[in-house]
Amino acid sequence: MLTQFMSYIGSNLTPGSANNQLWALIYVFIIFTGVSVAVMAMNWLERKALAHFQIRLGPMRVGPHGLLQPIADAIKLMLKEDIIPAEADQFVFWIAPMIGLLAAFAVYTVIPFGPSQAVSDMNIGILFMLGVSSLGVLGIVVAGWASNSHYPLIGALRSSAQMVSYEVAMGLAVVSAILMTSLNAKGTGTLSMIGIVQAQQDQAIWFIFKFFPLGLIAFIIFAIAMIAETNRAPFDMAEAESELTAGYHTEYSGLRWSLFMLAEYAAMIAVSSIAVTLWLGGWMRPFPNFLQAPAWDLTFSLFPALTFFGLAAIAVIGVVRMPAHSFFRIQRIGLAGFAAVLGFIALLLLVIAVGGRSADANLAARFNQGIGYVYWFVLKVAVFMYLFIWYRATWPRYRFDQLMRIGWKVMLPISLSVLIVTAIVGVLVK
Amino acid sequence: MSVHSNDSMNEMSNLDLETPEKPYLDSNELIINMGPQHPATHGVLRVILKLDGEKVLGTECVIGYLHRGVEKIAENRTYAMFNPYVDRMDYVAAVSNGLGYCEAVEKLMNVEAPPRAKYIRVILTELNRIASHQLWLGTHALDIGAMTPLFYTFRDREEILKIFEKYCGARLTTHAFRIGGCQYETYAGFEKDVKNFLTHVAPKIDEYEALLTTNRIWLERTKNVGVISGADCIALGVTGPVLRASGVKWDLRKAQPYAAYSEFDFEIPVGTNGDTYDRYLVRMAEMRQSLRIIEQAVNGIPEGPIMGKVPKVIKPPVGEIYHSIEAPKGELGYFIVSDGSTQPYRIRVRPPSFVNLQALDMMVRGLLVADVIAVIGTIDIVLGEVDR
Repeated sequence: MLTQFMSYIGSNLTPGSANNQLWALIYVFIIFTGVSVAVMAMNWLERKALAHFQIRLGPMRVGPHGLLQPIADAIKLMLKEDIIPAEADQFVFWIAPMIGLLAAFAVYTVIPFGPSQAVSDMNIGILFMLGVSSLGVLGIVVAGWASNSHYPLIGALRSSAQMVSYEVAMGLAVVSAILMTSLNAKGTGTLSMIGIVQAQQDQAIWFIFKFFPLGLIAFIIFAIAMIAETNRAPFDMAEAESELTAGYHTEYSGLRWSLFMLAEYAAMIAVSSIAVTLWLGGWMRPFPNFLQAPAWDLTFSLFPALTFFGLAAIAVIGVVRMPAHSFFRIQRIGLAGFAAVLGFIALLLLVIAVGGRSADANLAARFNQGIGYVYWFVLKVAVFMYLFIWYRATWPRYRFDQLMRIGWKVMLPISLSVLIVTAIVGVLVK
Repeated sequence: MSVHSNDSMNEMSNLDLETPEKPYLDSNELIINMGPQHPATHGVLRVILKLDGEKVLGTECVIGYLHRGVEKIAENRTYAMFNPYVDRMDYVAAVSNGLGYCEAVEKLMNVEAPPRAKYIRVILTELNRIASHQLWLGTHALDIGAMTPLFYTFRDREEILKIFEKYCGARLTTHAFRIGGCQYETYAGFEKDVKNFLTHVAPKIDEYEALLTTNRIWLERTKNVGVISGADCIALGVTGPVLRASGVKWDLRKAQPYAAYSEFDFEIPVGTNGDTYDRYLVRMAEMRQSLRIIEQAVNGIPEGPIMGKVPKVIKPPVGEIYHSIEAPKGELGYFIVSDGSTQPYRIRVRPPSFVNLQALDMMVRGLLVADVIAVIGTIDIVLGEVDR
């Protein structure tokens, strides 16, 4: 086991490609935990950010600034009575959230957090991702059908119509990005997610800027389609609260309902990761080609530490600003502890960044590199997550037929023409 | 799946809900029960929808879940005792309800409120109109999926409710007016508060508009949705912003001036298409016009008594009277029959929400489920007033 452990440390492959099951398992575990924690954090962030958009405070009671609210919610949902409606199709009702969850999590097997920081480097990665992520809608459709109730049924119908209208435009946008990967000496493109990022590295440009504005348009098409794909506002017809009470999950409660929520947020992170991988250079730090002096390398490698120092500072400010009343004592201690943990992580990152700056491949340098990859990737995904919240706070909901019209009559022609023009430009450039 | 027939639903409905017995999985119309507990039916309205897929083939409103028999209660109360009850009808525009009732009784007794009382009435009623429209805007936008305006409008509505609270101690069911005038003189700083409100809320209305008026999704969701012509409005008795958005320039404040409205300079905003978007624009413009009226009233408020010459025991002469005012939702009328005693023989209220709700079916036929929600919101109903 130790040899297996050490042999992987020295390799530059993903555990899947290196055929290293142990590491693949560890990665799966890390990703599963990481995504679950990210979903919880996202839950808290969404409620806080949305509240501040709307001149409210959001959760404030459970833990300092409501930091423990997601945990409290999770416990509450787990303890709730498990209800399956008498008229429902029991087995299908039971399996529907699992389908959604599995589809959302399976996408992560191909998402590269770094050149070797992925579960597997599948050579049909993007195809796998498109296939699996569209399975998520099956969970919704099946849930709506199995509930044997009107509102969920309509929600499920809307969801399937939505998926049909958006998958096509989304797929074409993805294809135009894949076309760009073939602009190399060999003239062969790649479907591998890692390969796509490496193509951006080799061509020294993020695909969002490639053949301006073609890459940008394709990216925007994908960005719109991915909101529709994840059933988020303004395309949240499937669960439209004011119309269908809760849409497809009207009859769901407790843990099953929370699985749907988990799946929704996991899917949001997954599609954002895909957008980042395809158009925003994946794990690459900003301006790797303009600012490539070692001094710049060092500067950018300090960013993770600085981020955590910033978070710690925010927590410290929170401690200082907390009212000096005995009621807040435990909260103050808790938040101070949280600040200390964040500060410790920041310190650790700082040590790694400084210790790993030498070019020779010692362990710290490898760690430093890996942290840099994951940091920039997560940061880019976080921007998308914020956009999701922003959209939700700003826009009204589209109507079901309008959504279909936009999908078929606007997005599909645009993405198709972008694809054709990209192909022509690509041939001309060669 | 048993997507059909709930027996009680069939009994209550006069739509053609009788569908022949079909085996498992038929593909006929779907009958959906929306409400009385539904996030977007504004209280306890129940709408039975007959759908073909998502297309609405017909609707039937089931009302009465909030029926309290207000009109019957009136027969066992003196005229003054009934006054607070009217606030409980349209509880988001309680001041307007009180104004209509007080003026109707005054007309029956042939007394008139003194000018100062009339000005106070106008200021409070117009403030209430803004509050009502703000509540409408927030909930209507929420129904269409825009969450944020709700919180902005409630924040600003709070300023109005604070003025009410300072004036008469209550925020919603204010009981602000008495038969013959007002019971309370304005508090010290009333005029300053109102003027502060005027300068505070005008930019806020722009803020709501910035979120919605030119928002592409808002336009798509509201334009050409729930269209109703002026002629249809008149045929159905629809009044208020819904009527004006259809191009009919009819506002009781101008047509039959009551209180002190004849002394103020304001315009009647009118729409052209009679769709949800025009109704939105008309109400937004009305809020601005209300600000104009309040400004003129608060600047020109005369000194003097606030109570007219009303006997201690109110005993109107035998007779009947119909008096109506322009409430935020439309024509609010009171028909009072007096038998000469201290209690009304019969009071009949003409509530704008109840009458306007009739137009729902005409407006939503052929549209989608999502539009039903938008149209219920745009008619601006309050179930307390519909059911009474």
